Amino acid sequence: MVQEAPVTTISGPALKFGGISIAFGGVPALQGVDFEVSRGEVHCLAGENGSGKSTLIKIITGVYQPSPGARMEYFGTAEAAVSPAVARRHGIAVIWQDLALFPEMTVAENIAFDTVLGGFRWVRHGRMREVAEAALAQLDVRLDLEARLGTLPIAERQVVAIARALVSDARLIFMDEPTASLTQAETDALLAVVRTLSARGVAVVFVSHRLAEVLEISSRVTVLRDGRLVGIYPTAGMSQSRLTELMTGKQFDQPVAARDMTAAPVVLQVDGLSRRGEYADVSFRLHKGEVLGLTGLIGAGRTELGHTLFGMTRADSGRIVLDGADLHLRSNRDAVAAGIAYVSEDRLALGLVQAQSIADNTVMPVLRRISGALGLLSGAKKADLVAHWIQELAVKIGAPGDAVSTLSGGNQQRVVLAKWLATEPRVLILDSPTVGVDVGARAGIFRIVRALAEQGLAIILISDEVTEVQMNADRILHMAAGRIVAEYDPRQTTIAALEGAVYA
Amino acid sequence: MRSFLRAYPAEAKLLAVLILLFTVLSVASDSFLTLVNLSSLLNNNAVNVIWAVGLLVVLIAGGIDISFAVAASVVQYVCVYAFAAMGGGGWMSGFIIAGAIGAGLGLINAFLIQRFRIVSIVVTISTFNVFFGLLMFFSSGRFLYNLPGWWSKRVILWEYKTATGWAEIILPVAVMAVAMLATWALIQRTSTGRQLYAFGDNPEGARRAGINIGLMQAIAFGWCGMMAGIGGLMQANIVKEVVPNALIGRELDVLAAVVLGGARLGGGRGSVLGCFLGVLLVAMTQNGLNLLGVSPYAFKMVVGVIILIAISLSNVDLAAMLAPKRAER
Repeated sequence: MVQEAPVTTISGPALKFGGISIAFGGVPALQGVDFEVSRGEVHCLAGENGSGKSTLIKIITGVYQPSPGARMEYFGTAEAAVSPAVARRHGIAVIWQDLALFPEMTVAENIAFDTVLGGFRWVRHGRMREVAEAALAQLDVRLDLEARLGTLPIAERQVVAIARALVSDARLIFMDEPTASLTQAETDALLAVVRTLSARGVAVVFVSHRLAEVLEISSRVTVLRDGRLVGIYPTAGMSQSRLTELMTGKQFDQPVAARDMTAAPVVLQVDGLSRRGEYADVSFRLHKGEVLGLTGLIGAGRTELGHTLFGMTRADSGRIVLDGADLHLRSNRDAVAAGIAYVSEDRLALGLVQAQSIADNTVMPVLRRISGALGLLSGAKKADLVAHWIQELAVKIGAPGDAVSTLSGGNQQRVVLAKWLATEPRVLILDSPTVGVDVGARAGIFRIVRALAEQGLAIILISDEVTEVQMNADRILHMAAGRIVAEYDPRQTTIAALEGAVYA
Repeated sequence: MRSFLRAYPAEAKLLAVLILLFTVLSVASDSFLTLVNLSSLLNNNAVNVIWAVGLLVVLIAGGIDISFAVAASVVQYVCVYAFAAMGGGGWMSGFIIAGAIGAGLGLINAFLIQRFRIVSIVVTISTFNVFFGLLMFFSSGRFLYNLPGWWSKRVILWEYKTATGWAEIILPVAVMAVAMLATWALIQRTSTGRQLYAFGDNPEGARRAGINIGLMQAIAFGWCGMMAGIGGLMQANIVKEVVPNALIGRELDVLAAVVLGGARLGGGRGSVLGCFLGVLLVAMTQNGLNLLGVSPYAFKMVVGVIILIAISLSNVDLAAMLAPKRAER
């Protein structure tokens, strides 16, 4: 099944779509959108949530039918109506964010999975291995073929998903937020794979919220806003702020927000904190009203340190002092009681109960406080608390009783924030708060963070996006290999200098 | 060896426990390690293994079946009347009819699950009650002894005279071997089998890949039903009678053995070897307790504890547990 990508000597577009419109229940989702990708091109599809990116992908892959009048051309062949099977035959593949892989199966079985589709026949494991090996070789990647997929990190699963697309002769691969949960190093590795694909004549369409990498990898970017085409631009000479402007239609020329808070009273003091294999000899002070950025590569120990400060793991040595008193946390319940809140990196899995309502999620850590007589939950107290935070954080919701899963990424993140702010913390730890959140919503979240700091909350902002800490922190600590190696003042450094230090 | 450990960690641990138990019993009791005892151990558990490999396919596909043991009873009753109507029947027609009726009952489960989108445990608890209710209603709870001669006759495939008596292997063991082989081929060596694993592992991913979900349910529950029917045929051959409520409760014993063998409730994992080892571990434990003179009343309790220990162990990384604790500072 694995062949070299079909001959690409005929140049010309891989995809040429014009006049694409579609409406759902009378509400237009796309209006007269044009989209074009060349063979072997790395193209970026940019737009905020709800701008119509996913709808466009679903039309191209044959899931939805556009309104009459649309022009659809795949590799030079015009099609009147497209089904998923037709799109697949043209070599169009999509790698969704959830990858749709099989965690219990081996890497080889996952990559060669499409060879066992269809009707009954005997399968040979040796043959599947060969197919998988050949696909990985095309990507210049080596993976353990017999490893169970579930034991692999997300980054390697991405590669498996790409290899699987190659096995089914993909000539154009859509990648939906492929780097959302990857670290910088993993992202770099993935981008290298994308370049290899492109060099082999396979076109890649990137959908990503991380504008820096979008500009780095792609040669052109198509911007959608509110279901309309804003334009198709070459990425050469495009800046992040210009792209943001195109996507949102607003200007986000954000100055560095840093203030000097070192004169304020110390809320949290950490002295010589160490935990074997995770971090060593970490010392810092966090002041009232301060936003302390904590950056570094994955494995630098940032998240692990966050877990200890939140009582989920215990340090081997060193001490934590909160408001001048030694803190001994036996569990995260102790941490909540002491006034420490932690907003986890993995919002979808750990931060929220997706199927439960917005209201239930918000009051989860403070159930005791909203209990009335006999320890039963008081509906009125709950409603008050939820209404307060929804208003405070400007969460856009239908009704407090709606499931959290109905909200966009940015609004979900606000509900997580609301949930922890309801515990009335003195220290708030935010671990990668903008993963999977789009540009417009990011700005909103940081406005909230800034407002909270101004009210006196002490905040630790963990992020591997240097730009994020530079723009939003008052002070930046750089962690590497479990130690704090440097401290920066955002007003006296630049993004480029920070990037050089962190990613070097 | 290393690749076996890697691909089948649960099975490997189970095998180690089984070898340990085997050794202990061989030393502790002088009648355990005899041809007579070991062959009867195999004879007595062949039916459970047949049922186990059928249930395995359902578990791999992410479902569960509570109704198969009762379905086996239904098959036994229908078979008695069908053979009488046919003027006797024989082994060939017996396997075909028992397998077909069993598969039909399984397909009822698959249809209900697929058509009405009900989870399999709810559907099969319901059909368990429906099947059993119909059986008791039409049989009025009567036992049947009028089995055709070929059916109730003990078919001995191999025998050997020892000092303590005859050691023998009977037909159900051979049927068990065929059932194991066929199930192994289905799940490991066919495209359909790989699709079953995939469906159990990640239903949404399977759906997006274009796998026919209804067909997967039909194959899984049909296979389980067919094995239930064939197992029912064998069970009646061993006990030479058909009793309507004789098999109730066996579904949980078999389920426990299959899960013990490394199959995962929730789908995507499990093997034929694991099923066999799981059934064998439970059987050997009971056999050993018996030979050691432990009261039969204690059997269930001990078996329950063994299952708990084995399943807990399968969730523990032994290597990590045995590694020396981190040095205290």
